[in-house]
Amino acid sequence: MSNRVAVLLGAAVLFLFALSVLAPWSVIRDLLQQDRDLGWAVIRELRLPRALLALVYGAMLGAAGAAIQALFANPLASPDLTGTTSGAALGAVVTAYILGFASPVALSIGAVGGALAALLLLIALAGPRAETATLLLSGLAISALAGALTTLALALAPSPFAFYDAYDWLMGSLVDRSLAQAAFAGVPALLTVLLLLRLGGPLDLLTLGEDVVQSLGHDLRRLRIAIVALTAIGVGACVAICGAIGFVGLVAPIFARRISRGHPGGAILPAAMIGGGLLLAADLVTRAAPLGRILPIGVVTALLGAPFFLWLVAHMRWSLSR
Amino acid sequence: MTMLLEAAALAMPRRLDPTDLMVETPGLVCLVGPNGSGKTSLLHALAGIGSPLGSVRIDGKDARRAGPAERRRLFAYLPANRDIAWPLTVRDVAGLGLGDYARAVDEALTTLELSAFADRRVDRLSTGERSRVLLARALAARPKLLLLDEPIANLDPLWQLRLMDILKAEAASGRAAIVALHDLDLAARYADRLIVMKNGQIIADGHPRALVAGPVIPAVFGIEHSEAGWSPAPHRTA
Repeated sequence: MSNRVAVLLGAAVLFLFALSVLAPWSVIRDLLQQDRDLGWAVIRELRLPRALLALVYGAMLGAAGAAIQALFANPLASPDLTGTTSGAALGAVVTAYILGFASPVALSIGAVGGALAALLLLIALAGPRAETATLLLSGLAISALAGALTTLALALAPSPFAFYDAYDWLMGSLVDRSLAQAAFAGVPALLTVLLLLRLGGPLDLLTLGEDVVQSLGHDLRRLRIAIVALTAIGVGACVAICGAIGFVGLVAPIFARRISRGHPGGAILPAAMIGGGLLLAADLVTRAAPLGRILPIGVVTALLGAPFFLWLVAHMRWSLSR
Repeated sequence: MTMLLEAAALAMPRRLDPTDLMVETPGLVCLVGPNGSGKTSLLHALAGIGSPLGSVRIDGKDARRAGPAERRRLFAYLPANRDIAWPLTVRDVAGLGLGDYARAVDEALTTLELSAFADRRVDRLSTGERSRVLLARALAARPKLLLLDEPIANLDPLWQLRLMDILKAEAASGRAAIVALHDLDLAARYADRLIVMKNGQIIADGHPRALVAGPVIPAVFGIEHSEAGWSPAPHRTA
């Protein structure tokens, strides 16, 4: 990524972040003028956690998506399509079912465990460098299984309130999270991004196959374990706080590789920036939608991401048939 | 003549029996043997791929303990598989993982007549052109030892000869190359030393012309030599 592109991308993300915290400016300005403390409280307690969560959750999804795509050498791999997000959601719902939604630590551990189990199952089913069809079918199977078990857990919910809480959370939401909760998801997510960035070199080399990576002295097994563990930790921590948000991890790396001139490892940083920007933008859409209520952000990313996914599949088919 | 490679007790379970190998510079060493005879396994064991047993010293350094930068200086490995997973440009593939060798990459691209394609995506090249890009990458960092698995596969006759000339010149400039080949005539013509493998073992090691003219190769491959060239032996002994 050239410096100019990095600065432009950084400026765009910063602009979206400021927009998320301060827009509409007239409302915030009036509030600050009328009651300065209340205005600051709104910014600190409502706007800032929401914008921070959108930024780090999106950045983590982008970076993890880029790393998983590089590892599987497949542009259709991503946390949601590989079943990782569904696994995390199931882990969190099962934990919530046992302990309630009040304990974010337990919820996070449950979600990380679920994500890890889903990724390990995927590698066991599809192999480390799977064909697209095998990868997608395995991911689909894991997502379907995790989805069915999550629905079962919902159906067995002890009360309608518990059901509504879980259902609302499952659709993905950044609303009404505290700064402490934002930190709870944000710190593991940022750590995931930073540690994944260090793996860019060997992931670039994977372009030439596993033998070349090993011949240069990189430990392939450790690389695989690091990516699976970091993705599970990042996805799990964010899903535990904000619920499942799809498609960002698929879309961001695809745009990022255009910036990194196709380098899959070099795409991790731009994918993180694009992912953060995309989720900030999606959150702004949920607020601006003229439906009289706030849309769940997971629904917005799915509505925007699914057509993109269809286009991608059609494009790949067209490329293969050339 | 300087000793470049000292490998002792190299082995891979069920693929390569314990093998010692010394290679001096300058030297172009060709590995021949039937499919599954252990040529790729020997190259893997030398390059440290797939947890091989034994020790490898290149230019006096323990290659197993060397980091990526040191390994780049010591040796380059070209896999038999020519797949490139992502649509990078020719120049980017040739420089992949090579760090500060940008100028050397351009030189290598020129040597393999790829400069005109430098900014083209590798997925839009033919298999033979892609092979040349990967060869350019192997040559770019000017390592002491080249480990090349079937480098002439997919190349047209002209480029097969050119590549062997390039490898001969590389070896002559104080380096060494160990090259797995299937073309016995090219091996006999270009190699300084020929190693014949069978069932995961080195069964002959010596002067190429003497070996090609002798009884080992016909016996190993089940072929015989006549004025018309090589042909299958009537009663396979291999």
